[in-house]
Amino acid sequence: MGNPFLLRNKLIMQIYLPIAEVSVDAFLILGIGGVVGFLSGMFGVGGGFLITPLLFFIGIPPAVAVATGANQVVASSISGVLAQLKRKAVDFRMGSVLLVGGVGGSAVGIWVFAWMQARGQIDLFVQLSYVLFLGLIGAMMLQESLRAFWRSKKPGAPIRRSHVHSWVHGLPFKMKFRASGLYISVIPPMIIGALVGFLAAIMGVGGGFIMVPAMIYLLGMPTKVVIGTSLFQIIFVTAFTTVMHAVTSQTVDMMLALILIFGGVIGAQIGTRVGVRLKAEQLRILLSVLVLAVALKIAADLLIRPSELYSVIPMVLP
Amino acid sequence: MIWRLVGLLMALAGPCGAQESIVSGLSQSRVSITADFDGSEILVYGAVKREATIPTGQLDVIITVEGPPMPLIVRRKDRVWGIWINNAAVQIDSAPTFYAVATTRPLADSLTATENLRHSITIDKVIRAVGITSEADASEAFVEAMMRVRTVEGQYRLLADRVELTDQTLFRSDFTLPANLTEGEYRVRLFLLREGRVVAEQERVIGVRKEGLERMIFTLATEQPLIYGLLSLLMAAAAGWAASVAFRFFRP
Repeated sequence: MGNPFLLRNKLIMQIYLPIAEVSVDAFLILGIGGVVGFLSGMFGVGGGFLITPLLFFIGIPPAVAVATGANQVVASSISGVLAQLKRKAVDFRMGSVLLVGGVGGSAVGIWVFAWMQARGQIDLFVQLSYVLFLGLIGAMMLQESLRAFWRSKKPGAPIRRSHVHSWVHGLPFKMKFRASGLYISVIPPMIIGALVGFLAAIMGVGGGFIMVPAMIYLLGMPTKVVIGTSLFQIIFVTAFTTVMHAVTSQTVDMMLALILIFGGVIGAQIGTRVGVRLKAEQLRILLSVLVLAVALKIAADLLIRPSELYSVIPMVLP
Repeated sequence: MIWRLVGLLMALAGPCGAQESIVSGLSQSRVSITADFDGSEILVYGAVKREATIPTGQLDVIITVEGPPMPLIVRRKDRVWGIWINNAAVQIDSAPTFYAVATTRPLADSLTATENLRHSITIDKVIRAVGITSEADASEAFVEAMMRVRTVEGQYRLLADRVELTDQTLFRSDFTLPANLTEGEYRVRLFLLREGRVVAEQERVIGVRKEGLERMIFTLATEQPLIYGLLSLLMAAAAGWAASVAFRFFRP
C-alpha cells in the first residue's frame, strides 16, 4: 500500500499481440475475459455484445475484437455447458432444432450483411439494430420479471402460467422435449432459431441475449434449462464465425484469445455457481438491466456529439 | 536578418555547403518484437565531417524516423436525422504508421518552408508527397484530422530541441518506438542544415520484425488460415473443458 511503483510492477504485464499489433496489459485482458465469462455462465448469453465494445475500448482494432471475441465465446460457452450438463440442464434436442433453424437464418444474415456493406451503411445498421433489439428485449424482460418478482413477494396472488395453450400447439411435427417438459411442434423453435441466426450474423454476435428471452417467453421453456440450451447452440454459431473470420480476414488473434479464454472459462464456472443460487426472477431482472445498460450506452453514443468527429481506420492490404 | 542575408550570399557564392557531410550510427539496426515487447529505445548518433574550417551560419540537425506506409480511411461523423453517424470518408493511399521528427531548435527556426517541401521533412509534407490525389476537394480537412488523431495517439511526434549538438560537430538523439509497433522497415533520415537549408543528407534503416512465438502465430494465421482457425477452436474447446474439470476437482 502507498507504493505505486511496487503496485505497478506487480500488476502490469505488457504483452504484444501478434495479429492486433498492439501491446496490452495481460491482467486487464484477463479481467475482461473473467467478467464476460462470469456473465456468460450466469445468464447463458455468449457475451459477444459485451466483449467486442470492451476490447475496442482498450485499443484493439474492431475487426480483431469481433473475431477474437467470437473465439473466446466458444471457450466460455463450452465451459458453461459442461457446468450445466452436470445439473442436467441442457435440452440437446431443443438445442439441435434451434441450431438447424439458426444455420439457415445466419446464411441469409451473412448475405444481407454483405449487401449492406456494399451500400456503405453497415455500421449504422448494426448500431441501430443493437439499440432496437437490446432496448426492446431489455425493457420487455425487465417489465415482466419485475412483475413476476412482486408477485412472488405477495403469496396468495393468482399465479400466471408461464405459457398458455394457443394455436401454436395445433401445429404439426410435434416432438417431445423431455428436458424442457414440452410437447410442441418443431416449427416455432425452428423459426425462432432462424430469426436469431439472422440477427446474430448481422450484429456479429452469438445471439444469446435474443435466444434466452425467446426460449422463455415464446417457447415457454423453464428458465433452468434455457441457459444450458442457449449456450449449447451458441458454441456452434460462434465456432462457425471464428473459422469464417480466420479464413476470410485473418483477424483472430490467438494470443489475445488465449488470455481472454483463460479468464473467461474461470469466470464462466464461477458465474454458473452464482447463477444457481439466484432465483429465476432475480436472474432475469439482472440480465434485463445489463441488456438495457448496453442499449443505452450505444444510444448515447449515437445522440451525443463526439469530441473527435474524425476516425482513422487502417485498411487491410489485399 | 543580416546574418541570414550573409548566409544566403555565402550559400550562393561558394560550394561551402558541400564541404560538410554526415557520419552516423544507430544503437541498433534491428528491433525484435517478442511476446514481452514493450517499446524500444533507439539512439541515433553521429558527427559532422568536414575537410575545411567550420563555415559560418547557424548549424542544425534534423532526424526523422518513419514507419512503413499503409493505406487508411478517414471517416467523419455527421449529424443526420438527429444521430451521429459516419457520413463522409476519404481514403489516403499511403501514410506512415509512425513518424517522429527531432530537431536541434524549434522547427520553424531551423528549416525553411521550401526546403521542407523539397525534402518532405514534416509529416504533412510526407503524406502530401505520396498520399492523396483523388477526392481532392474535401480531403484537406480529413488529412489534417488524421494527423491530429495520430498526434494525440502518439504515432506522429514532433520532438523540438531533442537533438543534442555539441561544438557544431557531434550530435545525438533518443527515439522511443512505441509498444504498438507495426512490422516493417523503419527509415531514419538525417539532415544537416545551414541557415535553414539542407547541406547534407543521409538515410539508414531499422528492421522491425516479429520473432519467436509472435512470428509463428503470425505466419500460421496468414499462410494456413483454415488450420489456424481450427487450432483456435481446439484451444478454446480444450480450455473450456479443462476449466470445467478443474472446478469439478476443486469444488465437488
